[in-house]
Amino acid sequence: MKNLLKVENLKTHFKLDDKTVYAVNDVSFEIKKGEIVALIGESGSGKSVTALSIMGILPMPPGEIKSGEVIFDGEDLLSKKRKDLKSIRGNEISMIYQEPMTSLNPMLKVGYQIKEALTIHNKAKGKEAKAKAIELLRKVDIPEPEKRYNSYPYELSGGMRQRVMIAMALICNPKLLIADEPTTALDVTIQAEILELIKDLKNEYNMSVLFITHDLGVVTNIADRILVMYAGKIREIADTKELYKNPLHPYTVGLMKCIPRLNDPTKKLYTIDGNVPDLLKEPKGCAFYERCEKRMDKCKDNVPSLIEYSTDHYVRCWLYEEGKNE
Amino acid sequence: MNNKETLIKVENLKKYFPMNKSNILTHTQNVKAVDGISFDILKGETFGLVGESGSGKSTTGHLILRLLNPTDGKVYVEDKDIYQHSDRKFRKMRKDLQIIFQDASWALDPKMIIEDILTEPLRIHKIVPRFETEKEVKRLLDIVGLSKNDAKKFPHEFSGGQRQRIGIAKAISTRPKFILCDEPVSALDVSIQSKILNLLTDLQREYDLTYLFIAHGLNVVKHVSDRVGVMYLGKIMEIGNVNTIYNDPKHPYTKALISAFPDPNPEVKNERIVLKGEIPSPINPPKGCLFHTRCPYKMDICDKVIPQLTDINEGHKSACFLNEEVMAKIE
Repeated sequence: MKNLLKVENLKTHFKLDDKTVYAVNDVSFEIKKGEIVALIGESGSGKSVTALSIMGILPMPPGEIKSGEVIFDGEDLLSKKRKDLKSIRGNEISMIYQEPMTSLNPMLKVGYQIKEALTIHNKAKGKEAKAKAIELLRKVDIPEPEKRYNSYPYELSGGMRQRVMIAMALICNPKLLIADEPTTALDVTIQAEILELIKDLKNEYNMSVLFITHDLGVVTNIADRILVMYAGKIREIADTKELYKNPLHPYTVGLMKCIPRLNDPTKKLYTIDGNVPDLLKEPKGCAFYERCEKRMDKCKDNVPSLIEYSTDHYVRCWLYEEGKNE
Repeated sequence: MNNKETLIKVENLKKYFPMNKSNILTHTQNVKAVDGISFDILKGETFGLVGESGSGKSTTGHLILRLLNPTDGKVYVEDKDIYQHSDRKFRKMRKDLQIIFQDASWALDPKMIIEDILTEPLRIHKIVPRFETEKEVKRLLDIVGLSKNDAKKFPHEFSGGQRQRIGIAKAISTRPKFILCDEPVSALDVSIQSKILNLLTDLQREYDLTYLFIAHGLNVVKHVSDRVGVMYLGKIMEIGNVNTIYNDPKHPYTKALISAFPDPNPEVKNERIVLKGEIPSPINPPKGCLFHTRCPYKMDICDKVIPQLTDINEGHKSACFLNEEVMAKIE
């Protein structure tokens, strides 16, 4: 399969008065056509900043893309002008967020907001736009779309609002959908429906999806591949099944072990010691060093690189780099 | 487990929130947040409450702590009716009943240092003599895994997980018998979540605490609970031992809820029961069984008669006509 998106050595920092936050520090990955890739990590790991950098909607300043390339469909987005980006954003790349209420205008009917987006992207006008908006609402399984067209956002439930956001994201048949924690605020029953919807739409529109979440349970249900992010760097990349069966990085292992399982009777949960490191300092060695159970002397001062441990399974850890970089 | 004493007894508890309709022609409508529920919480156990948002879990919790006054019904704590007392008298009982919030910042005054925050309940409830409060604060911080240097810091200087620890320290400072854990780990990262859950289990064992654990994370509830109640639109649909509820649920809503929970193992393809539509409005709840509008097994009787929560096995109750025992009750 061809690559749709290729992110290379992306470094996004935030400049504060006298400090720098190393939010995204050398991130590289690719997304193939028609693939769902999940980016998982805890808060502060840099998942969302990665997404904002790809979309080109990072607040600058204080944000600053230090270096790297974001190649989308053969073109480097980072070197593009603001004006040119506009035709890609919302058009070929769409994004949905955790809380749709922050993206929807509370004063306008949802139908109007979808129509507005259709008009801006020159997809349809007037009555035609209304018909198309209703069709989109139907597509995302909103019951009685004609009635809902005239609803205000507050009249809809969280799940319905997220469906409206997805409908808006689909307006231009995007090639890439970035979903930033789209189900985190929803109940499990609604979450299951939204996940199914995203999967179905992905097939129908032949999109690629970058699915950002902190919830491993959600991810393994939907993703083809998983990227594990920690402290601004990708720590492990593997196919979903491979990662679940054979996690390599001690962080991934810990993350999986500390989730309570429905079918596990043990009363003591596994914990990862310590806290997420301070991103104000560029870590000298492996950023996971302080919390790692398997740390070695060399981890403290040397940054490990992302190596291909087995076919398509990449890991950034000294445990698997025996004999290299000595 | 049956020989354990009951700590909290909830009887036919109801809470309606009136909606202000300015139109004089319409009657005042009520949001039936909690609509006639009864259950017991035994001493030393963790009772989990699950359900979608809007099912009335938190309202139930707040009623038990008398943070709200009920429309009808009773709550007994050790056979004492908590609504009977005046506010003043109830204050004495309040130290036995504590709460841990989803976000501890709601319970921590941002302008106070941790030492003062923790000293306040100690003084108000006269837990320790005045000259010993400092020592007690240090002891509390130590119990929840914080250092004594943290006593001089402000809440904003802590991470979410640490703030939750302070919230827990505050809750246990009055040596309570019962703690309402209202989504205590929902806002935390998984690696922090497991630490807080372990801390809560350790404290329970050490101080013989009873928890009412409210969470929407079904795995979390499964992990901590001894018994579980499943709520839907202000009513309890099913109640029972945690393993019974998760492995052999009798109510279609419980089945759907559990099947919707995503299993982290990608090899497990759980048969998902997809529910039609969304949770109906509690202002105008469906007639008959509240769940019939979304139920995949709806029968003729379901939209006419209200199924009663009935014993199916020992300690396992369900309110669904698919169970013979429930059916037998109306005939």
